[in-house]
Amino acid sequence: MELIGQVLIKNGLITAFVFVGLVMAASYWFSRVLTGGRIEGSAIAITVGLLLAYVGGVHTGGSKGVADIPLLAGVGLLGGAMFRDFAIVATAFGADLRAIREAGLLGAVSIVLGVVISFAVGALVAVAFGYTDAVSISTIGAGAATYIVGPVTGTALGAASDVIALSVAAGLVKSVLVMVGTPLVARFIGLDNPQSAMVYGGLMGTTSGVAGGLAATDPKLVPYGAMTATFYTGVGCLLAPSVLYLAVRSLTQAF
Amino acid sequence: MVVYGVALLAASMLIGMVAGDALGALLGVQANVGGVGIAMLMLIVFANLSRERFALNPATESGVKFWAAMYIPIVIAMAAKQNVVAAVSSGWLAVIAGVGAVAVSFALIPVFTRLAGRRKRDPS
Repeated sequence: MELIGQVLIKNGLITAFVFVGLVMAASYWFSRVLTGGRIEGSAIAITVGLLLAYVGGVHTGGSKGVADIPLLAGVGLLGGAMFRDFAIVATAFGADLRAIREAGLLGAVSIVLGVVISFAVGALVAVAFGYTDAVSISTIGAGAATYIVGPVTGTALGAASDVIALSVAAGLVKSVLVMVGTPLVARFIGLDNPQSAMVYGGLMGTTSGVAGGLAATDPKLVPYGAMTATFYTGVGCLLAPSVLYLAVRSLTQAF
Repeated sequence: MVVYGVALLAASMLIGMVAGDALGALLGVQANVGGVGIAMLMLIVFANLSRERFALNPATESGVKFWAAMYIPIVIAMAAKQNVVAAVSSGWLAVIAGVGAVAVSFALIPVFTRLAGRRKRDPS
């Protein structure tokens, strides 16, 4: 038993392939047999992944879901940014360059608008919870953009560490919700063509959320959504600590 | 050879990442700006270039297609390593901020797509 465990740990990435394969097999079976194919297997698999991440996090007290369990450390590598981005880039093979070019301007506008809207919602919630200083309000607003924009902004503005932690948490909530929620609302928001996928990527912005959400909705749309989402964090890190912070500061001074 | 496809994909990604980091540094931002997007454009350009001059070998193509097919499994691994505990146990402020941002953004997608569609159909 110990011997098996050692082999599995030593070959972590290979173990991760088996782990993901089993999760997918169970999820697709569940989708076909219990929901009659109504709920996409990949959507179930992603939800199961998130549930397991919760269980793993409670069990180990770590921050990397199941990847903190030594036996499943390879899942951290397989699901890390390197392989994720590699696979996202691969999906562009066969993407329609014309569709990207046609929706290019719309996509660019949606990125800026997406950052501003998420920031505004986060900032308003911070105000509702009693924050009055521009730095904390801006940091939490930035966290509502993505969990990278939050701490980058907070560090740049010198926010307190508990506020930075809150901003990361807001970004994590967003990312998880986008993964789970996208397939549920896709039909109602018209998310079924390259153009709306580019708008979706630009408005949502969280790379992992968009990656998971589109995988569970229609993998053909991944390159279009990822194309805009990949610029979002950068634009957020650009706007939040500068223009948006200044706007918040002048508003807090006015009231 | 399959490895040509994998190498083409890997080279595209590295070029994109370098360009994204450089763009970030240029803008004075501590983040990669559009690395994946630039990498995707590189791959599309490379693939189309080679298609014009010499047909992309099916084996080469399969080196890229394999990784595209691995996309969903990788995303599931990504889901399994998220800090879900922090997301759900961080108190109401974070939850409301996150949910609010997603809800408003979702609601704006059809509005936005429709506005653009109308503009295209009616170029006045």
